[in-house]
Amino acid sequence: MDVSWYLVLSAMLFAIGATGVLIRRSPIVILLCLELMLNAGNLALLAFARSLGDQDGQIFALVVMAVAACEVVIGLGLIVAMFRRRLPLNVDEMRGLKG
Amino acid sequence: MEEVAFFAGAVGALGGAIAVIALRNPFYSVLALVVHLVALAGLFLMLHAEFVAAAQVVVYAGAVMVLYVFVAAYVGDIEEPIWEPIPGQRLLAPLLALALFVELSIAILGTALTSLDSEGPLIDETFGSPASIGELFLEKFLIAFEVSSLLLLVAAVGAIVLAGRRRPTSKAARTEAREAERLV
Repeated sequence: MDVSWYLVLSAMLFAIGATGVLIRRSPIVILLCLELMLNAGNLALLAFARSLGDQDGQIFALVVMAVAACEVVIGLGLIVAMFRRRLPLNVDEMRGLKG
Repeated sequence: MEEVAFFAGAVGALGGAIAVIALRNPFYSVLALVVHLVALAGLFLMLHAEFVAAAQVVVYAGAVMVLYVFVAAYVGDIEEPIWEPIPGQRLLAPLLALALFVELSIAILGTALTSLDSEGPLIDETFGSPASIGELFLEKFLIAFEVSSLLLLVAAVGAIVLAGRRRPTSKAARTEAREAERLV
């Protein structure tokens, strides 16, 4: 299979993730869509690593996975904190930054 | 054979991704993302990224998704309102995503990189193996490795600070909190 197939697939997955971020309101699903976009980026990185015959892209993909794990932990921590304080779990209603 | 494997993985990944954004219940969205991640791990294997594929299944589809499942179960069903703050958002967003996809595809297919139209160069057995990945991490990318471990530590502390229960400091506040807990 040509590497460009993988790249087009990753562009498709990225676009689907972007759609999800734009149309969904629930913070959990928005985090899931961010995961979709990060994974699309990972697929592109691995495809380029294969195309160049260089393993540095795979290292980059592993670092992206570590960063994604951090993002998930903080995001889910925020969701749990919002739920504990009885705040609405809807991103449109949480636009203000008040202490 | 390779084409069959690629299209099976691609259909799984695309189907999982569409299910994530289409399903109403966040719990089902999480399960759809697991399907997506496992299909993607298969594609990673086809790109000779064995270690990344294994890490994808163990770390992502395993550990991170368990965290998601717990939080989705803790928070419960979230009702998404029909009301839109921006009129026509639900129509405009897919159009925008389609434009993004077309633009990215033009960038990929119109590039002058001729190596994209091949399977890539011949690679030896060690490409993407745990041994060579570990060697690269500890020799060439040591700083990135250490910084990402520090980042994970900071994220763990941040999650405890954000989601942990706050202890009331003064005695009056403590009795008040106990009263509130009894009422709940």
